Amino acid sequence: MLVGSQQKLQDDIRALVERHGRTRDALLPILQDLQAAQSCVPDFAMQVVADELGLHPAEVYGVVSFYAFLDHRPRGRFVMRLCRTISCELARTAPVARQLENELGIAFGETTRDGRFTLEWAACLGLCDQGPALLVNDRVYTKVTPDRVHAIVEDCRKVFGAHAAQPSAPSAPVHPAAHPQPALAAAKG
Amino acid sequence: MTVIDSRKTPLTFDSIAPGVGLAAALKLSRSDLIATVAASNLRGRGGAGFPTATKWNLAAAAKVSEGECKFVVCNADEGEPGTFKDRVLLTEYAPLVFEGMTIAARAIGATRGILYLRGEYVYLRPPLDAELARLRRAGALGRNIGALAGFDFDIEIRMGAGAYVCGEETALIESLEGQRGEPRNRPPFPVDTGFRDQPTVVNNVETLATVTAIFANGPEAFRALGSERSAGFKLFSVSGDCDAPGVYEFPLGLTLRELLEKVGGTNAKAVQVGGASGVCVPAKAFDRRLAFEDVATGGSIIVFGPHRDMLAVAKNFMEFFREESCGQCTPCREGNHKLLEGILMLERGECSTAYLRELCLLGETMQLASKCGLGQSSPNAFLSIVEHFPEEVLGRSFAAAGGER
Amino acid sequence: MSTVKETHPGTDRAPVSQNPRPLNYPPDSSKAIGGEVSVQIDGQDVKVPIGTSLLEAAKKVGVHIPTLCHHPDLKVAGVCRVCVVEVEGQRTLQAACAYPVTSPLKVHTHTRKVRQARRHIVDLMLSTHCGECYSCKRNNNCELQTLAKEYGVDFYRFGHVKTSRIPKDESSYSVVRDMDKCILCRRCVRTCIDLQEVGVLEAIGRGHETRISTYLDKALAEVVCINCGQCINRCPTGALHANDTSDEVWRAIDDPTKHVVIQTAPSPRAAIGECFGLEPGVPMTGQLNTALKLAGFDKVFDTNFTADLTILEEGTELLVRLHDALVKKQPTALPQFTSCSPGWVKFLEHFYPEYIPNLSSAKSPQQMFGAVIKTWYAQRNGIDPKDIVTVALMPCSAKKFECNRPEMGSSGFKDVDFGLTTREMAQMIQEAGIHLPTLAKSGFDDPFGDATGSGVIFGATGGVMEAALRTVIELVTGLKVEKLFEHANIVPVRGFEGVRMIELPIPQVAAEVPEIIRKHVPSFDFLKGVTLKVAVAHGTANAKRVMEDIRAGGPFSECHFIEFMGCPGGCLGGGGQPIPTSPEIRQARAKAIYAEDAGSAVRKSHENPAVLRLYTEFLTDGPCGHKSHELLHTHYTSRGKQIG
Repeated sequence: MLVGSQQKLQDDIRALVERHGRTRDALLPILQDLQAAQSCVPDFAMQVVADELGLHPAEVYGVVSFYAFLDHRPRGRFVMRLCRTISCELARTAPVARQLENELGIAFGETTRDGRFTLEWAACLGLCDQGPALLVNDRVYTKVTPDRVHAIVEDCRKVFGAHAAQPSAPSAPVHPAAHPQPALAAAKG
Repeated sequence: MTVIDSRKTPLTFDSIAPGVGLAAALKLSRSDLIATVAASNLRGRGGAGFPTATKWNLAAAAKVSEGECKFVVCNADEGEPGTFKDRVLLTEYAPLVFEGMTIAARAIGATRGILYLRGEYVYLRPPLDAELARLRRAGALGRNIGALAGFDFDIEIRMGAGAYVCGEETALIESLEGQRGEPRNRPPFPVDTGFRDQPTVVNNVETLATVTAIFANGPEAFRALGSERSAGFKLFSVSGDCDAPGVYEFPLGLTLRELLEKVGGTNAKAVQVGGASGVCVPAKAFDRRLAFEDVATGGSIIVFGPHRDMLAVAKNFMEFFREESCGQCTPCREGNHKLLEGILMLERGECSTAYLRELCLLGETMQLASKCGLGQSSPNAFLSIVEHFPEEVLGRSFAAAGGER
Repeated sequence: MSTVKETHPGTDRAPVSQNPRPLNYPPDSSKAIGGEVSVQIDGQDVKVPIGTSLLEAAKKVGVHIPTLCHHPDLKVAGVCRVCVVEVEGQRTLQAACAYPVTSPLKVHTHTRKVRQARRHIVDLMLSTHCGECYSCKRNNNCELQTLAKEYGVDFYRFGHVKTSRIPKDESSYSVVRDMDKCILCRRCVRTCIDLQEVGVLEAIGRGHETRISTYLDKALAEVVCINCGQCINRCPTGALHANDTSDEVWRAIDDPTKHVVIQTAPSPRAAIGECFGLEPGVPMTGQLNTALKLAGFDKVFDTNFTADLTILEEGTELLVRLHDALVKKQPTALPQFTSCSPGWVKFLEHFYPEYIPNLSSAKSPQQMFGAVIKTWYAQRNGIDPKDIVTVALMPCSAKKFECNRPEMGSSGFKDVDFGLTTREMAQMIQEAGIHLPTLAKSGFDDPFGDATGSGVIFGATGGVMEAALRTVIELVTGLKVEKLFEHANIVPVRGFEGVRMIELPIPQVAAEVPEIIRKHVPSFDFLKGVTLKVAVAHGTANAKRVMEDIRAGGPFSECHFIEFMGCPGGCLGGGGQPIPTSPEIRQARAKAIYAEDAGSAVRKSHENPAVLRLYTEFLTDGPCGHKSHELLHTHYTSRGKQIG
């Protein structure tokens, strides 16, 4: 990483520590904000956070590796999480999964080369009456069918606009609440 | 904002105007307040069914360390497969949930409240934050709530990060403390050693909303519904093979058959009650009651039609637990893996009856020896499916599974 | 004389006691004081203090409950579940190690459910434990193996992994991680994070993918591991072991062109008997000398010789620093820190590098010995130093790293070629067919001969300080130390309290400075009326307490001299010592060490005749002189804690 961007990341983390506090119970909110801003909690950030909070880097890594929504490896700007719980499976998740893979050209657990999309399985999304359910960042799609997949992917590209093409350039606000909140998608697309 | 409306029956909560329950509660002394909850016979709505008043009494009596305070935590880590009623409550009835937290705070003497919202519900956060801001402006949160001198209480939202086990209350507290979400040894219980080692009440979203309803309508009205040991109404999250999946409100104690009639699932061959950690009830047992004294549940009902492959169902659940176990204790970490392996063997027609019997005993070991509720309940689905559907589980053709010998 | 204990403003936590800790329950333990409760275990009644674990209660009535993740030095985890028992009225089984007794209970420890659960748990562990007992360092000293035997495992009920899934991490000179054998009891994690506060090992991942690993799964040599090996001592299986170089040592012994000498530290002698089935605390010094000769070492020397030498070098260095500070009024790095524990040294280099100037520049006794052997000893005996192989028998895994430090070659050769642990030496002795306990005793070889009692006590926490004080008091005051402390036992610095601070007013100063150091310190007058403040800390968690206090300008920053040991209990609890370890075992070893000191003819380093001869024959410009600086002193590396 370039020295300049390291310095910026360090400043961002200090700001987060100012906001959330310097005690261990601030760890998760800090990591969540970093994940939202950086699409991951990178190596350097884990060490800075550990230092600021008086923890060992291994402890921070232990936490990051425990939670499904945190990752030290870069994820796509859009993380597509398809629910794999039984209720959705009964509503035929499998063909949707195949079509997502086909549309994005990646398998589950992978990220597209352009860094835009990551495809993942999710534990129950709590939309069991309207499966198959798909969570894209903080946007929900219900009753997804294979023929809707293309539109959903396009939808993402449109909604999030051009800045999506630069996944590694975090914008200044790092608090998720500061991100524009897309409206919840209609139940029946 | 377009709302995903899952409600299929009118809910008691529809009839309760915001503020009424809290106002009624704040008229009472703290001991009368807990007595009212006790009189309602309310038991926790998250699934375990611990009497709410008992929990509050313990926390009320527990001591706080110097410079610290007690906590009320709303468990909104609704991760049990097939459960989505808390999402509906947080979307439609958030004021009632926050009122319930405030009532709990008054009862135990807490000054801080935390809503632990699962990461998958991230889209609910902005409206919930807005609601909290509104309550602060209205004086329903903050200092001297309800003009009661010295009753200070505020609520913050903390996000989960994708870990089912954090629905277990001690894992949730570990997570709040910035740790890996690994359940603690109990005792001590959170009511005396919880968040930051202080007395902490952890209640489910529905429990807290129900508390508000109890104060709005009176404990007698609540207790008039349901059975002696399972009082009141309860929300059910219904999904799977039925005509009208969604959220239903019924008094506790109705039979599965009655429920299936209401949701249009009468031809079901089995119902999974209580989600992945619950039990699979076959058609011949549909007269069993949904109540703490019979089939206890947090409200997840998954209906399986006649054509469903029950081994595939068990496989789905075990894949879930293999990943969602916190990985701390041996029976759960290794046991779920072995049960899943067993299912794959059954699928390929490679599992002897003797080994299957050993796996069932392993399931019993997991129920008995695991550290927390996750491992203690994760073999339930496997065990009940093997028990009730042996003809589906055994004797699978190796070739049919696509195998070569 | 006053003793200050447990005053630590500026630190966030109380010092870590090295004694077993009770469960943190009930939370308000003041309520429990004096409170007792009765428990019935398998029909036997016993009264225990409220909050006692079921495991402890069962011990009281002689009921054995198997454990695995439980360790007397560590916080309770309750994760392996092998200690589950049936408590009447409880739906599920309870982990005896983690279940506090707060009300009368009836407990059953071997019902069908309990037996089945334990058997299954052992079977589950074996199903992922990859490795054969025959080819394991811990064969016959493995808690998993013992459990398998206790529970009659005669086949792998849930299968068994036969091929390796995880490559061994052999990057470290000191610690090898063979994670194929890990059963995730997390003792190493609790050792590294809680006991030592180094924080290199942690549970990573979740569910069935959970593993014990390092930051970003890096090799041990790439992270901030201090090589203390405490994790090895607490690993129940062979997943962690020291990087064994005994094959190379055998090769040297077998090579007729090599002159192989071994130095033995005091702690291995106090503990090696444990590897031969003896109770802890039986000293084996004389027998070990005989065994090493039988095994083929050409000479057997006592590391205590250089321990005494260290006292003279380090003691002189301290007097010089005090003189610089008090007389020359120069900015001087004080307190001076001891530098004989390589685990502690690396800890400081990583976490407090700005305090490197405070570390004594004196090499550790092991390294001094190597340097003396390859110079003076070689000259004296007409042996080409390139043909000398120096081996060090140490209680320590970090010594393996230390002897491989690039700066440790001022003799022109590697000062010490191989460091062996107590465990590895026991193995070599067994391999040679020698039964150690029944051997006749013999002495150490000349020219170093038998050292002093001061050298011996280097093995226990507080020992270096006591040895230094014996010498400094006599040199500075001109009084016999026995006048101030009965039998020259400086008891206030002894014991297992995590951190100890002692104030020592100097009652008078000697009229004349001994010649050997007069050129550094012409007069002791400047010490008149000074109160010498010294402190002792053992285990890096306690070292951290003290360092944080110093950083914050607390009372420890006013000390003159601080002894730091990387391991709990000092060297006798080192990462190369026999397994198992516990507070009781370490106490027994300490007893053996202090007994050896009490029985020594000479008990003060400055009276060691061989040391004095070294200064007259070889290091003629005295302690901290030019030659000694070249050979016996070293420098350190600012490592920092940034990884990668």
